[in-house]
Amino acid sequence: MRLFLRLLFRNRLAGFGAVVLSVIVVLALVTPLLPLHPPNATDTANRFLRPLSEGHLLGTDHLGRDLLSRLLWGTRLSLAVGFAAAMIAAVIGATIGIVAGYAGGRTDNVTMRGVDMLMAFPYILLALAIVAALGPGLMNALIAVAVVNIPFFARNIRGVTVGLAHREFVDAARLSGMGHTRILLTEVLPNVVPVIVIAMSTTVGWMILETAGLSFLGLGSQPPQADLGSMLGEARGALITAPHTSIVPGVMILLIVMSINLLGDGVRDALDPRLRSGALARPMAATLVDRREPPPATPDDKSLLRIDGLRTEFRMGRRTAVAVGGVDLALAPGECVGLIGESGCGKSVAALSVMGLVASPPGVIAGGAVRLDGEDLVGAPYRRLRALRGNRVAYIFQDPLSTLHPLYTVGDQLAEAIRVHHPVSRGEAHARAVKLLEDVRIPNPASRAGAFPHELSGGMRQRVGIAMALANDPDIIIADEPTTALDVTVQAQVLKLLADLGRSRGLAILFITHDFGVVAQLCDRVAVMYAGRIVEEGPTAAVLTAPAHPYTARLIACVPELGGGRRRLEAIPGLPPAADDLPDGCAFAPRCAKVRPDCREGDVALEGTARKVRCLYPEPAERAAE
Amino acid sequence: MGAYILKRLVSAIPVLFGITVIVFLIMALIPGDPATAILGAYATPENVERLNRHLGLDRPLWQQYFVWVGNLVQGDFGRSFALNRPVLDEILDRFSATLVLAGTAFVLCALLGIVAGVVSAARQYGLADKAITAAVILGISVPSFFLGMMMILLFAVHLRWLPVSGMYSMFGGGDLPDLIRHLAMPAIALSLVATGVVARLTRANMLEVLRQDFIRTARAKGVHERRVIWGHALRAAMVSVIPILGLQAGFVLSGAVYIEIVFQWPGIGRMLVDAILKRDILLVQGGVVFVAACYVGFNILVDVAQAWLDPRIKT
Repeated sequence: MRLFLRLLFRNRLAGFGAVVLSVIVVLALVTPLLPLHPPNATDTANRFLRPLSEGHLLGTDHLGRDLLSRLLWGTRLSLAVGFAAAMIAAVIGATIGIVAGYAGGRTDNVTMRGVDMLMAFPYILLALAIVAALGPGLMNALIAVAVVNIPFFARNIRGVTVGLAHREFVDAARLSGMGHTRILLTEVLPNVVPVIVIAMSTTVGWMILETAGLSFLGLGSQPPQADLGSMLGEARGALITAPHTSIVPGVMILLIVMSINLLGDGVRDALDPRLRSGALARPMAATLVDRREPPPATPDDKSLLRIDGLRTEFRMGRRTAVAVGGVDLALAPGECVGLIGESGCGKSVAALSVMGLVASPPGVIAGGAVRLDGEDLVGAPYRRLRALRGNRVAYIFQDPLSTLHPLYTVGDQLAEAIRVHHPVSRGEAHARAVKLLEDVRIPNPASRAGAFPHELSGGMRQRVGIAMALANDPDIIIADEPTTALDVTVQAQVLKLLADLGRSRGLAILFITHDFGVVAQLCDRVAVMYAGRIVEEGPTAAVLTAPAHPYTARLIACVPELGGGRRRLEAIPGLPPAADDLPDGCAFAPRCAKVRPDCREGDVALEGTARKVRCLYPEPAERAAE
Repeated sequence: MGAYILKRLVSAIPVLFGITVIVFLIMALIPGDPATAILGAYATPENVERLNRHLGLDRPLWQQYFVWVGNLVQGDFGRSFALNRPVLDEILDRFSATLVLAGTAFVLCALLGIVAGVVSAARQYGLADKAITAAVILGISVPSFFLGMMMILLFAVHLRWLPVSGMYSMFGGGDLPDLIRHLAMPAIALSLVATGVVARLTRANMLEVLRQDFIRTARAKGVHERRVIWGHALRAAMVSVIPILGLQAGFVLSGAVYIEIVFQWPGIGRMLVDAILKRDILLVQGGVVFVAACYVGFNILVDVAQAWLDPRIKT
C-alpha cells in the first residue's frame, strides 16, 4: 500500500489530480459552513453582475443569484449524485457479475445475454428512455445513469469472478460444506473488491459528466435546485451577453472530471507492474549507440564481418546490465561460424547488435566496432543501416510464428523484402517470391504464396523465414536459433536446407545456438560464449574433441549421447551470473571445479590465434579428449 | 466472407428483438396512462377510455407488445400526437441530419485519433507524445456541450468566422459550402472526446505491437521505419483499434444529443429530448428503437471490417 501511494505520487499528473480533487471535495463538504449568500436568493436588480463585483466574487446569474454560492452548492450536488450513481451501478453491477460468474452455466448465459442487450444501446438512448418513463428529475437522472453503467460493472466483475470460481480456495470452501452465499461473501467478494474500486475510479468521472449532461438537457435537477449541469443549461440562454455564467460551472465540471481522470490513470498505472519495469517502452528503429571510447583501430585482414570489442548494455533506470561485454569475432566469406552458449549469455544480443536490432530502450551499444568490409556500422546513420539490412546482412529468427507478420500473406512479406532493396514491379517481385519459396523446397509455391503464416506448419514457416533472408542474395546470414522452436525431424530438414544453400550460394553464416549437435553438423568454426564474453574459439572439430575452457568441457558433458549411457551426464552446478552483477575476474569462477584464487583477480584475456581460450588454467588437450 | 456476414446478420435478430423488449418494458413503467397524458387533465373518463381502446391500451401487456412490434416490422411506427405526423417520417427527416453530423464527427475522430495515437507511440516520451497526451487528457475531460458553447463564443461571436447555429443559413444557404460552414463547429466539438479515447487506445496498442517480434523482422528486412510504423505496426494494432471505433460510434451518437441542442442542429437527439419533455411516447419509443437498430447495424459493419482485416478471425 505504501509503495502504491509512493508510485501514485511519483506520477506528477496523478498527484496534481489528487490535490485538485481533494480541494474540490473539501470545499463541497464545508459549503454549508461558509459565509455565502443563499444559493436561491434572487435579486433581479443585480442580474448578470460580472465576476469580482462588490459582494459577489464570481458575479450573479440571470436572476441575480450569487454564482459562487450556486457553484459550490451545485458542485456538492453534482459530486453527490455522481458518486451515488457510481455506488449504485457498482453494487448492482457487481452483484450481477459475481452471481453470474460464480453460478456459471445457464444462469450465467442468460444474464450475460441480457447485459449484452443493454450494451447494444448507445448509452444515452437508454438513459433518455428511462428518464422519459420516470419523468425529468434529479433522482430519475441518477437512476438512469446508474442503470446505464450497470452492464459495464457486471461484465468486468463477472470476468474476474469466473477466474476465481474454480480456484483452490473456493473449491476448498465448497468441500468444507460452506453455503454458496457464505462462499460468495467471505471467499469471492474480498478478492473482487479491488477490481470494483478500480472500475469505479475510472467511471465515476463519466457518471458525473453524464448526470451533468442530463441536467443540462433539462432532464435532471429541476429549478430552483441546481447542479453544475443545469447551471450550464440555464446559462446557455445568456451565453453571448453574460458568458461568465456559463464559464463558471463549465470550468468546474472540467476540473472535476479531469482530476478524477488523472487520478484514475495514476491508480491504474501504479497497479500495472509492466509500467513499473519500463517494459512498455517502444524499441526504436536502430539501437542507440553511446560509445565512451573511440572504436578500436581497423585490423588489416580480409574478414567479411569483424566484430571488435563489442559491448552492449541494457540501461534500466539506474541499473545497467552488461549483456555483451567485449566480444571479438570474425567471419570470412563463405564461412559458417557457430556462436554457442546457454540462454541469457548474450549470444542473441551480440548477433542483433550487428545491424542495430537490439530493442532500444533499454539496449545501448556502449563500445566496440562492427565492420562489414572494413566499414564500421556501429553509429552508422540509420539510412546506411537500413540499406544493408536484409540486403547484405539478413537475419533468420527463432520462432517463425511470432516473427512473421500475422496479417500479411507470406508471398507479400517476401515480395516486400525484395522491393525494399530493388526497384521491381509488384508482379516481378511476386514472381521472385514464388521462386524463393521453391528454392526453400516448399511444395506448391505459387498457391502457398497466398497463405497467411498461421495457415502453415512450423517447418514451412521457418522455410519462409529462410526464403525471406535469401530474398536479396545477402553475403551474410545471421541465424538466431532458427531451429530451436521446431521438432527434431523438421529441425534436421531445415538444417540440411541451410547447409546446402550456404554452400551453393557461398553465404557466410553466423549460427547462434545452444546445441552442440547443430554446431557439429553445420559449422566450420565455433565460439563459446559465457556471461557476455567469448571464452573459447576454434575449429569445430578441435573444440568439440578437445575443449580447452572448463566451461566448454562442462557444457559438452551436458549433451546426452544417443544410445549412450557410457558417459556421465553432468549438469553444471549453480547459475550463470546476473548480467548486472558480474564478478571480478573469470565470470565462470564461481561454478568452476578447478577454480584457484587468482582466477577471481583481474581480467582474464582471450589468448591464442587459431584456438583461443579465456582461461588461466586451460584443460590439457589429452585429458579433455577422453 | 459471405457466410460470415450472413452469420452476423442472423445473430443480430435476437439483439434487435431484445432491444424492442427493453424499450417496451421501460415505457410500460410510465405512471398513469398515456391517454390522460394526451388528452390532458380535464378529459372525461369516457374519452380517456375510448382513446385507450383506440390505442389498444386496454389489452394485456404482451398483446400490446406484439401489436407494436408487428407494426414496427411493417414500417408503421405510429403517429406522433405532438407533431401530428407519422413517427417514421419525422425520424427519417431528423436522422439524416444526425447522420451528417455524427458521421462527420466519427470520421474525424477515427482519422485524427488514429494519426495522433500512432505519432504519439512512435515518438514515445518525445515532445509530440507529451503534447498529444496532454491534449487527450483535456479532450476526454471536457464536457462536449461546454466545449460547444465555448466554441460558439470564440469562433462565432468574437471572431465571426462561423455561424452560431443551425444546419443551413436561413436565407440564401442550402448548398454544400453552407452546410460545411455550419457543420464545422458541432462536428469538431462532437468528435473531440472520441478522438481522445481513440488516440489514447491507439497509442497503447501501437506500443504493444511495436515490441513484437514481427516488427523486428520488418526492420531486419530493411523496411523503412515509416512503413514499419504506418504499415506493419498500424495494421496489427488496427485489430484492436477497430472494436474501439465501434464503441466510439455509440459515444458519438450519444454526444450528438448534447451537440444538437447546443448548436440547434435539427437532428434526432433534439427530437428525442423535445419528445420526452412533451411526453410524446410513441416518438420516443420509435426514435430509440430506430437509433439502437442503426447502431447494431453499424456494429455488424465493424465486425465485418475486423474479419476482413484479420484472416485469423474467419468462420
